Amino acid sequence: MDQGIASAGSGGTLLEIRDLVVQYPSANGWLTVVDHVSISVGRNDIVCIVGESGSGKSVTVQAALGLVQPKGGRVRSGSVKFDGQELVGMSNRQLNRIRGDAIGFIFQEPMSSLNPAYTVGDQIAEVVRRHRGVSRQEAWKRAVAVMDRVHIASAASRANDYPHQFSGGMRQRVMIAMAIACDPRLLIADEPTTALDVTIQARILEVLEELQAESGMSVLFITHDLGVVAEIARSVVVMYGAQVVEAAPVEELFRNPRHPYTSGLLEAMPQVALDRGHAPVAIPGVVAQAHSWPKGCRFHPRCGYCQPEVCAAAPVPLIPDDHGYVRCSRAAELRSVLGKAATERTIPVMT
Amino acid sequence: MNTLLYLARRLLSAVPILMLVGLITFLLIHLTPGDPAAVVAGDNATAEAIEAARHRLGLDKPFLMQFWDWLSGVMVGDLGTSFTSGRPVVSLIFDRLPITLSLTAGSTLIGLGIAVPLGVLAAIWRGSWSDRLIIITTSMGIAAPEFFIGLLLVLVVALNMGLLPATGYVPFAEDPVEWARRLILPCFTLGIGLAAELARQVRGAMIDVLSRDYIQTARAKGLSTLSIIVKHGLKNAAIPIVTVLGLQIRRLLGGAVIVEQIFAMNGVGSLAVRAVFLRDLPVLLGVALITAVVVLFVNLLVDMSYGYFDPKVRQS
Amino acid sequence: MPVTPAAVALPPASGFVRRFCRNRTAMISLCILVLITLVAIFAPYLAPQDPARSSLRAIMKPPSLKYLLGSDDLGRDVLSRLIFASRLSLIASVQAVVIALGIGLPLGLISGYVGGWVDAIIMRFNDALMSFPALILAVVIVGMMGPSLTNAMTAIGLVYAPRVMRVVRGSTLSVRQEVYITSARATGCGDARIILRHVLPNVMGPLVVQSTVLMGQALLAEAGLSFLGLGVQPPEASWGSILGSAFPYMQRSPVPTIAAGLVISVTVLCFNLVGDGIRDSVGRMRRAGD
Repeated sequence: MDQGIASAGSGGTLLEIRDLVVQYPSANGWLTVVDHVSISVGRNDIVCIVGESGSGKSVTVQAALGLVQPKGGRVRSGSVKFDGQELVGMSNRQLNRIRGDAIGFIFQEPMSSLNPAYTVGDQIAEVVRRHRGVSRQEAWKRAVAVMDRVHIASAASRANDYPHQFSGGMRQRVMIAMAIACDPRLLIADEPTTALDVTIQARILEVLEELQAESGMSVLFITHDLGVVAEIARSVVVMYGAQVVEAAPVEELFRNPRHPYTSGLLEAMPQVALDRGHAPVAIPGVVAQAHSWPKGCRFHPRCGYCQPEVCAAAPVPLIPDDHGYVRCSRAAELRSVLGKAATERTIPVMT
Repeated sequence: MNTLLYLARRLLSAVPILMLVGLITFLLIHLTPGDPAAVVAGDNATAEAIEAARHRLGLDKPFLMQFWDWLSGVMVGDLGTSFTSGRPVVSLIFDRLPITLSLTAGSTLIGLGIAVPLGVLAAIWRGSWSDRLIIITTSMGIAAPEFFIGLLLVLVVALNMGLLPATGYVPFAEDPVEWARRLILPCFTLGIGLAAELARQVRGAMIDVLSRDYIQTARAKGLSTLSIIVKHGLKNAAIPIVTVLGLQIRRLLGGAVIVEQIFAMNGVGSLAVRAVFLRDLPVLLGVALITAVVVLFVNLLVDMSYGYFDPKVRQS
Repeated sequence: MPVTPAAVALPPASGFVRRFCRNRTAMISLCILVLITLVAIFAPYLAPQDPARSSLRAIMKPPSLKYLLGSDDLGRDVLSRLIFASRLSLIASVQAVVIALGIGLPLGLISGYVGGWVDAIIMRFNDALMSFPALILAVVIVGMMGPSLTNAMTAIGLVYAPRVMRVVRGSTLSVRQEVYITSARATGCGDARIILRHVLPNVMGPLVVQSTVLMGQALLAEAGLSFLGLGVQPPEASWGSILGSAFPYMQRSPVPTIAAGLVISVTVLCFNLVGDGIRDSVGRMRRAGD
């Protein structure tokens, strides 16, 4: 029913998630944590998925790659097409050929995402050996080369070190190196900078941007931080309550947010508040939980523009508009209001 | 370099406990209730016979001198002479040590061979019927006395089915095939008990490890399930498993006493049992000391292996 | 007297008993154990025959109406022997556990409470003692005391005392850090009183679990020693000695061996399961109270 958003990138669609429904078991049966989500990533594109924790942003992507099943989750319905191939329903063995090779993954916690028992070089070389079938020496050379590419100093000797001998930022570089070791067409980064210092964060983003520019790979970046989005995204997908609530190219999103939630997120940004001379305005209320979605629009209990007769009545569909998609019953009316709030805002500097 | 230092440090830390073990062995004869001299002299012994026994045991000398005699003996590897055969205790024990060690080593291999796959499977199928079945079976395995399992095995496999010999031991040097063949049933007897204990540990450790983040990373790298479990999973689960293994060596050596009786093997265990009936105290004390040393040695190996499994330990 | 915080008191007995009863496995095991104890107590009334009566005509007969589990190598009824042997086996196990507790409990309390070099020395000795394989140490101690049931149980008690000591010391250590100990001392409570009133209740939980499991272990050890002929001496019989004397004739008459082995295994399993059940119930109570 809902259509995938057309991406801002060039050369067609690389990853097409369509109507994905993901569920997790709970005490009361299956909980839907991803509710008919559609996202597409084009070639040479950088797409950011933004949302608070509990929005389903990470699960969407993990489920697409078959990584939720081991944790008990299941893909109820929907389709995930990668370069034309349907991933939903693929056997684990087939998925294994794609994961690590054509699709690279970076996770949130660099501290625990690397195996403490093996050297860093070993873990990177492992991916290369697995997907390229080359000799140990070849794989090791490649590992050192790719560590160099992410600017890890003295890569050749550092490759013999263990994860606990690296700082958080360096470990994340190792993760990036591991993810791009086989020249993936798509790099998925699941909140890679959340656990890091702000300064380290900036460096990691630099590295990612550089890699993307060099290789032309697409990046799907998951985050809750709009500052990061402003820094690197080309298109943005905003998720709330297991659904996509807005999708747009990045400048449009910042200049003319169409959904009250997006607007709220923007106003909560410290940078914006600083410019306007007051404290960041947090969105009131708490994030809706999967076992108790509000009736109608899932955001309405926290929405400053809520009109109960309209907003709490029935589920709200995702409607395409001129700049993307938005899921709001009052989108047309609010367009000017939200847009006005935006023009008073200094748009965060984008490099 | 780091590794060598680490190994050296572990070795040194074992020395104090080694000395304590020696001290306890010496003190055993003094701390045990009753009068060892009377025991050695036997029932209905006259007062003179008891005195003679006391002299033989060296118990009539001053305490410190006894200690010195004993200590200087141990230093040069002399644990005294057997009362019954007159041979040095050390040679008596070392003659039989290969048998007991073969038994222990074989049981360890069988125990690991059963426990690791079983525990891993139980961890993967956590919560399912198979997992529950494995848990129940292991509970029963832990409770059943070793010798009962051994007796059943002898009954069924050896006597009824005639598949494997019920008794005897053949040295490896003489006939490797027969050596292995005769060890199968005794090692299974002890191995099953060990496997029951270990499988629990393996399951617990694997469940913990498989929920870690780096396992998700491994999956995202497209590694095969086998590779994830064996290479990434087991190495990290190894430490608790190996620790329990070290503790279980004691049980294996103790169980060897009984298994040697059942399968008529002439190991250190049966030597000790016979020594009880013959009131051969030097042999008994010698057995106690040497088995404790073996346990300490195994635990030292376990300790050193931590350095391999957990690189962080090597640096500390 | 300072007000004793709720955390010090034993979990309310009613709650604990209720939780335990909900654990089906543990309840069944407990019932089996009670049954076995009753059999031991009422042995003379339950045994179909005189366990000591041997009959040359009835040597190694297979199970029949007269000899429900068959007869042994001296023509005695195996079932009656096993019934009467339950007395010795159970009493012997209790003996061993009592000895282990008698040595381990005070040492553990002292070691954990006093700390310092006293603790360090005791623990080092403990570690060294635990390097000796249990059964071998027991054999050696029996060897120095002479084979008999009492000596065997003493040996087993001595061998298991370090284990009890460890558990007791652990609990004592965890309590020692608690604030109410310091406050009790500050109001002038003597050490002995503190130990009795505050430390001991905290130790009870793990100790009861350990003792239950230890009963099973002691039973196993006694069976082992008696099997080897180092424990119970004829004409007395325990399950282990029955197993030991039936074993040489196993090929011809397997039932006595299997029966004796089964009885031992089931009893030990029940002790373990009851111990597990107690541990779970106490653990949950403690967590619920947090």
